[in-house]
Amino acid sequence: MTSHMSSLSAVNPAPANPMPVLLPFQLGARQRRFPTWRATLLHGCGIVGLGLVIAGTAHAQSGPGQLSAIGVIIKWFPLLMSGFLFNVLISLLSMALGTVAGLGLGLGAISHNTLLRQVAWGITQFFRNAPWLVLLFFAMFMIPFQFTIFGTTIPFPDWVKAVIGFALPVMANMSEIVRGAVKSLPSGQWEAAESLAFSRRQTMWMIILPQCVKRMIPPWMNLYTLVAMATVQASIVGVTEMLTLIAQVHAAEGGRPDLLAPLYGFAMLCFFIYCYPIELWTRRLERRFHLHQ
Amino acid sequence: MAAAAPVTQNEFGWTPDQPLIRLVDVHKSFGSLQVLRGVSLDVRKGEVICIIGPSGSGKSTLIRCINALVPIDSGTIRVEGQEVNDPDLDKLALRRKVGMVFQQYNLFPHRTALQNVMMAPINVLKQNRKEVEVRARALMAKVRLQGKEDAYPGQLSGGQQQRVAIARSLAMRPDVMLFDEVTAALDPETVKEVLVTIRELAEEGMTCILVTHEMGFAREVADHVYFTDKGLIVEHGPPAEFFANPKDERTKAFLGQVL
Ligand SMILES: Nc1ncnc2c1ncn2[C@@H]1O[C@H](COP(=O)(O)OP(=O)(O)O)[C@@H](O)[C@H]1O
Ligand SMILES: [Mg+2]
Repeated sequence: MTSHMSSLSAVNPAPANPMPVLLPFQLGARQRRFPTWRATLLHGCGIVGLGLVIAGTAHAQSGPGQLSAIGVIIKWFPLLMSGFLFNVLISLLSMALGTVAGLGLGLGAISHNTLLRQVAWGITQFFRNAPWLVLLFFAMFMIPFQFTIFGTTIPFPDWVKAVIGFALPVMANMSEIVRGAVKSLPSGQWEAAESLAFSRRQTMWMIILPQCVKRMIPPWMNLYTLVAMATVQASIVGVTEMLTLIAQVHAAEGGRPDLLAPLYGFAMLCFFIYCYPIELWTRRLERRFHLHQ
Repeated sequence: MAAAAPVTQNEFGWTPDQPLIRLVDVHKSFGSLQVLRGVSLDVRKGEVICIIGPSGSGKSTLIRCINALVPIDSGTIRVEGQEVNDPDLDKLALRRKVGMVFQQYNLFPHRTALQNVMMAPINVLKQNRKEVEVRARALMAKVRLQGKEDAYPGQLSGGQQQRVAIARSLAMRPDVMLFDEVTAALDPETVKEVLVTIRELAEEGMTCILVTHEMGFAREVADHVYFTDKGLIVEHGPPAEFFANPKDERTKAFLGQVL
């Protein structure tokens, strides 16, 4: 054994690296691998588990002459998917609108103009500390169903109002993300830019914000998954999205109680498959950002 | 030699025979903390002055006041006749005359070394990009960083980053350079390469104000050395005299510690 070891070390002169400087790097690499592996396992378990719930209840409880739950889901699959895509569309539009508004609000919140800063701060705090569902109702009932500008009438259907309703909390959270990222940059960046005669606006757009983008992406993606999942609340205010369609499908199939779990399980599965990879990707970006700090 | 050249005045009535920088009785407090308690000093064109003193004595604050990064409470600061504490100060005009290099380099990490050097002349001075690039490449060569133009700051050593920072400042063609402990964060091996660059600048006639702990360097390069303690200039003089026989007890104690 000893001779084997020594012959090995003769071939490879440094089996255990004698340079302690390299140790933290190796440790880092190991730490990095572990959560990804665990996450992938969790991911797999989640999907298989949900699948089993749906299939199990579907199979066990379908009576004679009735379509099994899986059969029901397959039959209505195109409709349910169109509902889900509508949820995705609402979430993307809310996110786009909220991000742009939140960027403006966040920049206002760090402005040197006291009035602007206080107003922006007030709006941010107000919309950040309100339940999303309340904001949704607020948007639904405060926004008229149509606008008339210069004689042309622009309709405002419910789903557009829902987009605005979800954009409000996105805006407030985005504002905080922007403010936090800007504040997290070392003050030396501002000083260097100032001593090179850059104006405050130039400094913000050319030096500060480009560096902030990297810091803002993980929390921004996190925010997106929250919005995507929140869109089902639109069913409460009468937008025909996935959850509404599931209730309709359930009614169309005679309101069988054995269909409830599989149908809602299917909705969960759709959101899970959509949001979980985003979540994983966010975590990977976060880790990469910490490693390169 | 016979007839004196006509003395040219700038817009502030300043002529090159007057001190390029003049501080008179400058006071500055942060809250209740008095950081500068009446500082006066003159810097002539082409002169190199070193400011030394214990940590917390107000050295950084002093040179930050000169380019208006820190507003002063009372007294006057003039740079080529331009009053820095004027409420309607044209900051752009001041800052293109005064270059500043920091202890922590403060390069813009999302831009390459060359882009760092080019950014301000293009965006602030609105100079032609092609001309700026030619100048920026020459400056990179001057600070001995040829071949590192496309490297990002994160890929450079501390000494290299600091030399990019010097080139970035020089790209504005300043009349005076301020250096705030620019070698304090560097490894001993790379300190020298930065000092060589500063020495070359000084030899070319650049007016320099250096806050430094490198006593050997101050002795060789400075025309005048100032010692500050608790917001006051305690003692100053030409380096030979200043280092050979310091008069004030505080100077003696400080030099005794660092030499
Ligand atoms: N922006 C600031 N706000 C409050 N206190 C400050 C600020 N800048 C410097 N100080 C304080 O002023 C004193 C002098 O600082 P500084 O000029 O950095 O000294 P030095 O460069 O000689 O070490 C220190 O006590 C420091 O904490
Ligand atoms: Mg200092």
